[in-house]
Amino acid sequence: MSILETLGRLGQTSGFYMLAFNWRQLVMIVIACVLLYLGLVKKFEPLLLVGIAFGMLLTNLPGSEMYHPELWDAYIAGNLRLTDIIHDGGLLDILYIGVKSGLYPSLIFMGVGAMTDFGPLLANPKSLLLGAAAQLGIFAAFLMAIGIFGFAPNVAASIGIIGGADGPTAIWLTSKLAPDYLAPIAIAAYSYMALIPLIQPPVMKLLTTEEERKIKMEQLRPVSKKQKILFPIVVTIFVCLLLPSVAPLLGCLMLGNLFKESGLTDRLSDTAQNALMNIVTIFLSTSVGATAVADRFLSPRTLFIIVLGLIAFEFATVGGLLLGKLMCKLSGGKINPLIGSAGVSAVPMAARVSQTVGAKANPSNFLLMHAMGPNVAGVIGSAVAAGFLLAVFGG
Amino acid sequence: MSFLDACLYSLTGMLVVFFALVLLMCIIKIMTAIGDRAEKKAAPVPAAPSSGIAAPDTRAAVQSLSMTAPLAPGTAGEVKLYDTDPRTAAMLMAIVADELKLPLNELRFLSIKEIKEDK
Repeated sequence: MSILETLGRLGQTSGFYMLAFNWRQLVMIVIACVLLYLGLVKKFEPLLLVGIAFGMLLTNLPGSEMYHPELWDAYIAGNLRLTDIIHDGGLLDILYIGVKSGLYPSLIFMGVGAMTDFGPLLANPKSLLLGAAAQLGIFAAFLMAIGIFGFAPNVAASIGIIGGADGPTAIWLTSKLAPDYLAPIAIAAYSYMALIPLIQPPVMKLLTTEEERKIKMEQLRPVSKKQKILFPIVVTIFVCLLLPSVAPLLGCLMLGNLFKESGLTDRLSDTAQNALMNIVTIFLSTSVGATAVADRFLSPRTLFIIVLGLIAFEFATVGGLLLGKLMCKLSGGKINPLIGSAGVSAVPMAARVSQTVGAKANPSNFLLMHAMGPNVAGVIGSAVAAGFLLAVFGG
Repeated sequence: MSFLDACLYSLTGMLVVFFALVLLMCIIKIMTAIGDRAEKKAAPVPAAPSSGIAAPDTRAAVQSLSMTAPLAPGTAGEVKLYDTDPRTAAMLMAIVADELKLPLNELRFLSIKEIKEDK
């Protein structure tokens, strides 16, 4: 074999050669670079978006063979076992096992639990109603996905969960109901979460009056340590008995919170919210990004998902605000309706938005702690909604 | 799935979410009521500060008060100041809370008195 033949063969096996015959992968590489720009330069949820974008880049480099969607199709169809995927798959296939099994989202929830203070929720239990109302976005987007865009119910449920404004919950549900749509749904969920300060304020101003936004709320009552310790145990028992499908997510959230509140497991709490969470975030983001293979991602359906995701966020905000207004009326003007918009989850970004909009109407208004109640209630609410959708469409 | 079916699923879903969270709300209220009752029963009437010199082991005294006395409603309570200006008192309370790693509203200060050493 001559040197020219060797070089020619080497050229034919290179990614550049393969890229010349597959414009779709080239487009995906450009999209990955745009997402990297948004994460690194514009700082849109960089901890997640950078990993997702890089996973997308790796999976679309021709010849890299890091992720094989056809193996997962065969696994879902029952023609392959997990051991076959470990044997024949690439690095990202192996990392993806954690997504498919629901391991990563649950572990991330453990970290979220270890970082969450449920004190404001315990001090004002009515916050839970606002967290429930803000789940309107999930079901509004679900309805539109079926009624207008003609998605299958399982896919519509996965699209709807974007309205829960909770990345791990969206990934957990989608990996079980519609794994082919995991990448666009995860990207939409995290992008809109980063854009909450832009998405919510116009709706908040539209639905509330200046007088309502100026309402100052009374200081929250103190919550005892005992109550904070009992809360995760009680929630786990009652909610998981009511909706067993939500146990992995909610159980991990509450376990993380118990680590934090018990005061006896500081090392575990520290690990859950730092080291473990960081490691799992790396695995989760890159393997979710890897599912964005050109042939599946580049379709009009991805655009529909992006549009529906935005609608879901807006409806979630509307749901929380409308109930907030009702509670304001019923309480004789003691509740500022702006805290309702924080029920969309997206902790703590949505609560900060309530604080910012409230402070603009009345600079001496401090709504942050009041908004944290609906905010953490939204996490529980979206997990319950995800459990319901899995129980109904996971069949 | 028809649009009507989807509407029914959505309605059911919202009802399930509301039911679960209303259930939690009731449980929290019950927990709070039981906790408050237990605290009221357990809390002895805090002893009035002696007219003499303040107790030497302030840290232990404050800690025990924080465990037994009812929680002040978001404040440090009505503190009696003897030969101490409010600014110094505020600083002292913040230092004690920081040292004990407890939120200020979980501590109850009864009085702060400056001890003048004999020269």
